Amino acid sequence: MFDWLFMDEWFPKFDWRWDYTWEILPRLIEATGNTLIAAAAGYLIALVLGLVFALAQRSQSRVLTFVVREFVEFVRSTPLLLQIFFIFYVGPQFGITLSPWVSGMIAIGLHYSCYLSEVYRGGLDSVPKGQWEAATALNMTTAQTYKRLIIPQAIPPAIPGLGNYLVGIFKDTPMLSVIGVAELIHTANAIGSETWRYLEAYTIVGVIFLALSLPAAGLIRAFEGFVRRKLGM
Amino acid sequence: MVSFRKVRKAYGSLVVLDDLDLDVAAGEMVSVIGPSGSGKTTVLRMLMTLEQINGGVIYVDGKPLTHMEKGGKLVPATDKHLRARRSDIGMCFQHFNLFPHMTAIQNCMEGPVQVLGLSKAEARDRGEELLELVGMVDKKDQHPSRLSGGQQQRVAIARALAMRPKVMLFDEVTSALDPEVIGEVTNVIRKLVSEHNLTMLMVTHQMGFARDISDRVCFFYGGKIEEQGPPAELFGNPKRERTQQFLSAVKEAI
Repeated sequence: MFDWLFMDEWFPKFDWRWDYTWEILPRLIEATGNTLIAAAAGYLIALVLGLVFALAQRSQSRVLTFVVREFVEFVRSTPLLLQIFFIFYVGPQFGITLSPWVSGMIAIGLHYSCYLSEVYRGGLDSVPKGQWEAATALNMTTAQTYKRLIIPQAIPPAIPGLGNYLVGIFKDTPMLSVIGVAELIHTANAIGSETWRYLEAYTIVGVIFLALSLPAAGLIRAFEGFVRRKLGM
Repeated sequence: MVSFRKVRKAYGSLVVLDDLDLDVAAGEMVSVIGPSGSGKTTVLRMLMTLEQINGGVIYVDGKPLTHMEKGGKLVPATDKHLRARRSDIGMCFQHFNLFPHMTAIQNCMEGPVQVLGLSKAEARDRGEELLELVGMVDKKDQHPSRLSGGQQQRVAIARALAMRPKVMLFDEVTSALDPEVIGEVTNVIRKLVSEHNLTMLMVTHQMGFARDISDRVCFFYGGKIEEQGPPAELFGNPKRERTQQFLSAVKEAI
């Protein structure tokens, strides 16, 4: 009596085709490489710039501190997508023409560096004041103190936070599809528009993201433990 | 060696040190005692340039530390001047402040390598020699987290000595220690007093220890030196009423 519920018009048959799945899998795996490269490159930029921003916000110069803090707030308060569009489409109007890859990496790296700078700041603030005093008593310069004492001690407690953003950046790489970076979503879209079959492509993309994100948390914890042991902390 | 001239320190309206005059001769061991809040730790922190002073001048080895001469006048010191002048001074802290990510020997090598420009081999030799002096050479490859408080403080003393300071400052170095390990730290300081010609300033609550090893004891009260003199005199026959009160209160606590 509930036949109408299962009528094809209402509830199309679940139609998964394995032969088609195997056919498109190589292309998606190739795109996974691009996604990983995008995430890794964006993350590297963010790791370096984030530390620079965090240190700048602790500098003696009020102007520098103010400018960097406002910039970080600005970037954190506007959507990543807008920033990607801005760099890619508005840049040329100012004579800055960048490839999709380069604009994407700049946008994602810059965006995440602002989040990472907050994580670094927490780590830097967690180093006890006594470490600074000991450094002064040894007559070390500020630069030496940061490089040799403060940053090495600030990193281990920051690793979980830094690691969360690695997963975050990985999951945000699909935004680069809007400017034509051939990462996973972009490739899945392309496959879908060729054959009008979306189920397999999107499902595989989801599985790939899941398979790569899930172990990340455990790996990050292991890495934190490794760094702490290495530093004897 | 060290001279405080009308040194003033205030946090807002709270005056911590009021026109302090204090001289420490080369090779002299001076203990600073007094109730908490009397400004005794501030004396050491100003000398280590961890605190800025609000008035007066501090001289080390005859030359101004907190100020520099410019056109015949004393002006507040720049960072560069402070760095040049404070190399004569070393300090040990109540909470050791060892670098937790470095082993004992690395802690001792850090300053000599980074600041004095010694080679790693030279710094290692010097560090081992000093760890030997404080009886910690067999633990030289341990990180601070694996050491007891007394052991950490002894490493901290070696670390400070590795910079070859002329003046050593000890800021309540036994206050954070368990009673049974205080002796291992005071013994090291005793050894320094008897075998090395260091100028030392020590803030302490160990009255017996201060009495034993000091050339002079200063009793601080309310940001001023209330009374000072040779330990036998100050502990045996205190002249000021506040000194008597403080000493009898301390005795009762024991």
